Amino acid sequence: MREGTTLLPPAKKPDVKGPAVGAKLKIKAAIRNASPRLVVGVLLAAAAAVVCLFLFFELKGNIGYILPRRAIKVAAMLLVAVAVGVSTLLFQTVTANRILTPSIMGFDSLYILVQTAMAFTLGAAAVVAAPPTLQFGVEVLLMVAFSALLYRWMFTGATRSLHLLLLVGVILGSLFRGLSSLLQRLMEPSEFIILQDLFFASFNNVDPALLGVSAVIVAVVCAVVWRARHTLDVLALGRDVAINVGVDHRKVVMRVLLGCSLLVAVSTALVGPVTFFGLLVVSLGYQLCRGFSHAWLLPIVVLIGAVALVGGQLLLEKVFGFGTALSVVIEFAGGILFLYLLLKGSLK
Amino acid sequence: MTTTAVRSHAPATRSQARQYAGLAAAAGAVLAIAAGSMFVGVSDVSLPALLAADPATVEVFWISRVPRTLAVLLAGMAVAVAGLIMQLMARNRFVEPSTVGTVESATLGILVVTVFAPQAPVLVKMLVASAFALLGTALFLAILRRLPARNTLLIPLVGIMLGGVVAAVTTFFAYRYDLLQTLSNWMIGDFSGVLRGRYELLWIVAVLMLLGLLAADRFTVAGMGQDFTTNLGLNYARTMRLGLVIVSLISAVVVTTVGAVPFLGLVVPNIVSLIFGDNLRRAVPWTALFGAAFVLVCDIIGRTIRYPYEVPVGMVMSVLGAILFLALILRKRNA
Repeated sequence: MREGTTLLPPAKKPDVKGPAVGAKLKIKAAIRNASPRLVVGVLLAAAAAVVCLFLFFELKGNIGYILPRRAIKVAAMLLVAVAVGVSTLLFQTVTANRILTPSIMGFDSLYILVQTAMAFTLGAAAVVAAPPTLQFGVEVLLMVAFSALLYRWMFTGATRSLHLLLLVGVILGSLFRGLSSLLQRLMEPSEFIILQDLFFASFNNVDPALLGVSAVIVAVVCAVVWRARHTLDVLALGRDVAINVGVDHRKVVMRVLLGCSLLVAVSTALVGPVTFFGLLVVSLGYQLCRGFSHAWLLPIVVLIGAVALVGGQLLLEKVFGFGTALSVVIEFAGGILFLYLLLKGSLK
Repeated sequence: MTTTAVRSHAPATRSQARQYAGLAAAAGAVLAIAAGSMFVGVSDVSLPALLAADPATVEVFWISRVPRTLAVLLAGMAVAVAGLIMQLMARNRFVEPSTVGTVESATLGILVVTVFAPQAPVLVKMLVASAFALLGTALFLAILRRLPARNTLLIPLVGIMLGGVVAAVTTFFAYRYDLLQTLSNWMIGDFSGVLRGRYELLWIVAVLMLLGLLAADRFTVAGMGQDFTTNLGLNYARTMRLGLVIVSLISAVVVTTVGAVPFLGLVVPNIVSLIFGDNLRRAVPWTALFGAAFVLVCDIIGRTIRYPYEVPVGMVMSVLGAILFLALILRKRNA
C-alpha cells in the first residue's frame, strides 16, 4: 500500500496535509482519537459560521430582497448536504464497502432520465400542471424499482466483483444521461423550453416550490434512519453477521434502498446531479470519526457536507467570483479521490 | 518439412481468396449504404434530378452530401482502428480513446486554443488538441503500467474516471470563459455541419489509419510486455510511442472536425473479434469496415428519427454504444 501511494503522485493530493510527514501523522492520530462529541461540536460551529457568513456577508442594498433569496439557497444546500450524506452513508453500509455510492451507480442520472421520459410521454403541459407530489411519487417509485433490480443482481447473482459493479454502474450512468439527452433532443423545441428549468437544476437555480416537499421528505427519512441507527451498525458488519444476529437482512436492505432513492431524488430535483459529493463527504467522515457507530457517523457526515457545500459556494462566489462552478469543482476533487481509492485498493 | 509447407499452402490460399471475397462484398455493402445515405436529408436530392443535372440538386449533392458521407466513412474507420490499437497496446478489450481520457484531453486542448488564440486556424487547433491528447493518453499508459494487468475491469474504470477528471477541468474553464455551448460541439459528434471545405483535414486520419493497419501486429507484440517484445527483436519503446501517436492524432483530428464519437472504438473491435476470432491480420480490415458501417447507420438513424430535425450521431452512439458495452461486460462474466 505504501508503494502505491509513493508511486502515484497525482492521486496522493487529497491526502497531503502538511509538508512534514511526522507532523502529518501526528495530526492524523490526534483526529482519530478525538472524541466524536468534540468533532461534532467543532463541525457544528463551523457549519453555523459558514451559514451566517453566507447569509450576512456584504449584506447591502435591498435587504428585503436579498436575504430571502440567500436563505432559499442556504436551505437548499443544507437539504442537499443531508440528503447526499445520509444516502451515501446508508448505501455504503448496505453494500459493505467504501467506494460505491448511489450516484456512482447511476441513481441521479436515472432520476433525470425518469423525469425526462415522463415529460416526453405525457407532454410538457401535463408535467407542469401535475401536482409536484404526484410527479415526485411516480419518479421515486420507478427509482425504487430500479434499485430493487440492481440490488437483486448485486447480491443474488454469482457476482461479488466490486470492479464489475462499479463499471456497470458507471456505464449505466452514462447510458441514462445519453438517453435523457436523446429524449430531450427528440422533444418539440417549444416543449423543451417549458421543461428547461427542470433539466438544468443547479446550486444557483433552486426551485423554491420544491423546498417544502423536500424538507418534509428529508425529515421523515432521517427520523426513520435515526431510529434504525443501531440496526445499521449491525448491517455494516456484513450480510452473514447481520442475519446471525437476527436482522431481517432482506427487508432492512430494501427499506434502506427505498430511503436512498427518496434522498437522491430530493437532492437531484433540487440542484441536479453531483456525482462525487457523497463519496467525498463520507470518506472524510470516516477519517474524522472514531469507531463506526452510525449515531456519530450520521451527524458528522451531514455536518461535513453542510460546511463543504455552503463554505465552498461562499468561497467560489465571494473570493473567486464564479458561483455555478461548485458542482464542477466537486466533480474534479471527487474524481481524483475516487481514482485514489480505486488504485489504493487494487495495489494493496 | 517442405512437403507439409507446400501442402498447407494450398488451403491457405483458398481460404485467403474466400476471405478477400468476403471483404470485397462487405466493402461493397458499406459503399451501397453510403450511396443510399446521400439521398437522405431535408433538402430533396433524388437520383433523377441528379442525373438530369438539376443545378440546385447538384450543388447540395457536392457541397453537403458527398463530403458528409466521406467524413462519416473516414471517421468511422479511423476511430474503430484507433480503438483496436489502444486495445492491443493496453492488452485490454474494454479500452478505447473515449474510455482512457484521450478524447477528453483533446477537448481540453481545443478549449485552451479557443481561449488564448480564438482566431487560430483549424490546423493549429488540431495540433494543440493532438498534443493534449498525447499527454492524456501517456498519463493513462503510465498509470496502466502500475496496475495489475490481469484486472480486466479495473483498467477501463480508471480510464473513464481519468477522463472524467479532465472533463471537469475543461468544463470549469469553459464555464469561466462562457464557452460551454461551444464545448458541446466537440463533446458530441455531429456530421450535420460537414460541408465541402470544412472536413478535408479528416483525410489525415486515413493516412494515420493505414499506418496503424500496417503496424498492427507490432502492437500485438508490444502489448505482451517489454521483455517479450525485446526478445522478439522489436523496439518496445518505439512501438508504444508509434501507437500512442497514431491513437492520439486520430482522436484529436476527429474531435476537432466532427466531435467525439463515444464507444465506437470499443464496440467495433469487440464485435469483429466475436465474429472472426482474434486473428489480427484478418480482424483489422474488418474493423475498419464495421466502423464505417456502424457510424453510417447511426448517422442515418440520427437523420431520420426526428425528421426534419437532426439528432447528432454522438448522441445516438452514446446510447447504442453504452448498451453494447454493458452487453459485452456481462457476457464476459457469464462465459
